[in-house]
Amino acid sequence: MSKVKAAAVVAEPKKLKVRKRQKEAIARTWWGNFFVFLFLGLMAAFMLLPFYYAIVQSLKPLEEIFAYPPKFYVVRPSFNNFRSLGILTDSLWIPLSRAIFNTVFVTLAGTVANVVISSLAAFPFAKYTFPGSRFMSTLITKALLFTGAVTAVPQYLLMAKTGMINTYWALLGPAVAGPMGMFLLKNFMSQISTTILEAAELDGATIPRIWWQIILPNVKPAVLTLIILCFQSLWNMTGGQVIYEEKLKLLPTILNQISASGIAYSGAAAAASVILMLPPLVFYIVVQSRVLETMAHAGIDK
Amino acid sequence: MAKRNNLGRDIKRHSVCYFMVAPYMLLFLFFILAPILIAFVFSFTDFNMVQFPPDFSGLDNYIRIFLEDDDFLIALRNTFVLACVTGPLSYFACLFLAWFINELSPLLRAFFTVCFYAPTISGTLYVMWGFMFSGDQYGLLNNLLMNLGILSEPYQWLTNTESMLPIIMVVQIWMSFGSAFLSFVAGLQGIPRSLYEAGSVDGVRNRWQELFYLTLPSMGPQLLFGAVMQIAAAFSIGATITALMGYPTTDNAALTIVTYISDFGSIRYEMGYACALSFILFVMIIAVHWVVEHVINKYASA
Repeated sequence: MSKVKAAAVVAEPKKLKVRKRQKEAIARTWWGNFFVFLFLGLMAAFMLLPFYYAIVQSLKPLEEIFAYPPKFYVVRPSFNNFRSLGILTDSLWIPLSRAIFNTVFVTLAGTVANVVISSLAAFPFAKYTFPGSRFMSTLITKALLFTGAVTAVPQYLLMAKTGMINTYWALLGPAVAGPMGMFLLKNFMSQISTTILEAAELDGATIPRIWWQIILPNVKPAVLTLIILCFQSLWNMTGGQVIYEEKLKLLPTILNQISASGIAYSGAAAAASVILMLPPLVFYIVVQSRVLETMAHAGIDK
Repeated sequence: MAKRNNLGRDIKRHSVCYFMVAPYMLLFLFFILAPILIAFVFSFTDFNMVQFPPDFSGLDNYIRIFLEDDDFLIALRNTFVLACVTGPLSYFACLFLAWFINELSPLLRAFFTVCFYAPTISGTLYVMWGFMFSGDQYGLLNNLLMNLGILSEPYQWLTNTESMLPIIMVVQIWMSFGSAFLSFVAGLQGIPRSLYEAGSVDGVRNRWQELFYLTLPSMGPQLLFGAVMQIAAAFSIGATITALMGYPTTDNAALTIVTYISDFGSIRYEMGYACALSFILFVMIIAVHWVVEHVINKYASA
């Protein structure tokens, strides 16, 4: 330990601030630090720009939306856009509440189904070897590459032939079958010590019981991560490819119809974006440390 | 004979495992794997949604795609240009930003992680870039450049052929800090400090040597996972283009294989052709991933 410190001091005699926190690592030069923070700051500003703009635009009263030159801040904030969003959607053929219900229902049902079905399957793959298990779990890992862009058309054909178009199944099926959650859970579960499982088996616990009483409580961070991943993808789903019936349409689709109506509605469109982005964002911020804990095991071993 | 008995007994002994993986595997087969096979099979037909079973047309679709379809060549070029820029750029941006924030205090680290991951969570907020790059004077970029005197009249960012691909690249980079980024952040946190101590004894001098000789080689699994996610994303660019620039774009300047697939799949209903395009995209993704996987494996095990 002291040797390392000495080496670091010899190599770079000036670094003090950073090294207080990270005693073992070699610290950056001061200009290195300067550029890192400058770069991080600029990148963060770039990332947050559309968020800032959406919020500012959603709070602008009508005269400020039309004001020229356009301002990057709001002078007299008002919630008029949110109110006019309500009025705009009142004139829809199907009430907005129905679209909200659709999205909430699909999000909840899909998330629960994904967590239950994926965790049920992830346990045997993570902890047991049975004929075909190696092949199946490799296949699932490879399937991370099978993007929606590739499967969209044949998936549509399959759904059309089985009568799933214009039903919730067309939205839920692909979401629940997605390999990401399964992959994360499997990796996380394989970290659990096998001796605990063997002890439980000696005590006569069945595999489903071990899953319920030992595995699930031990993979809470991974389950939370899976919930947030499912939540965000289902919540943002437009379903435009497979849902044509008005009363089954999802919230993002309805709100997109509003934003497509030009600058007069750009305030309402921004308000819609703000409403849509808040739930997953707040949810993520609350559970973010658990997400990172899970992602530490998101690796593909050779 | 004895071997088959063993296999039978093995399967029977693990029957509970099979029951647990069955629900997931069935969904996976139906919604993820079957579409790939269907794309392959139907790519040899002229399926049009009406006539079933469709006529077998041999290699006609592929011959048409590669020899007669000039638009496909444009789509192929654009897809490769976008993938070759956004893929590596986003991969290394994820890696370096994760590395930069790795040594910050936990609170700052969490803040920057949320900043970079936020676009991924917020799903459809990318439509806000449409307002930034809007072609009229209300477009924020136009307004800024006109104030600075760089432009004398509004520039049509979203419809001029030279500016379309760069804008898509900016937006794609903006939303590319997803699962790969999180797994890098978490992976860096998981590297034991003792590795760096040993390294500094062995003569690792500066932070770049530390990164290339110690940190990255021990992150093999995360690097592989990140490659999978970024390759899949880089070849699947399409939804952002249609949302920001519409379809078709001026002179097909932003035509990609993905938007071309949805043209044949959901506008012209030439499903056989769309399936052939999907399968070509699939093969491209798998091939690129195969190469990248080998490079990373070689590096991480060296």
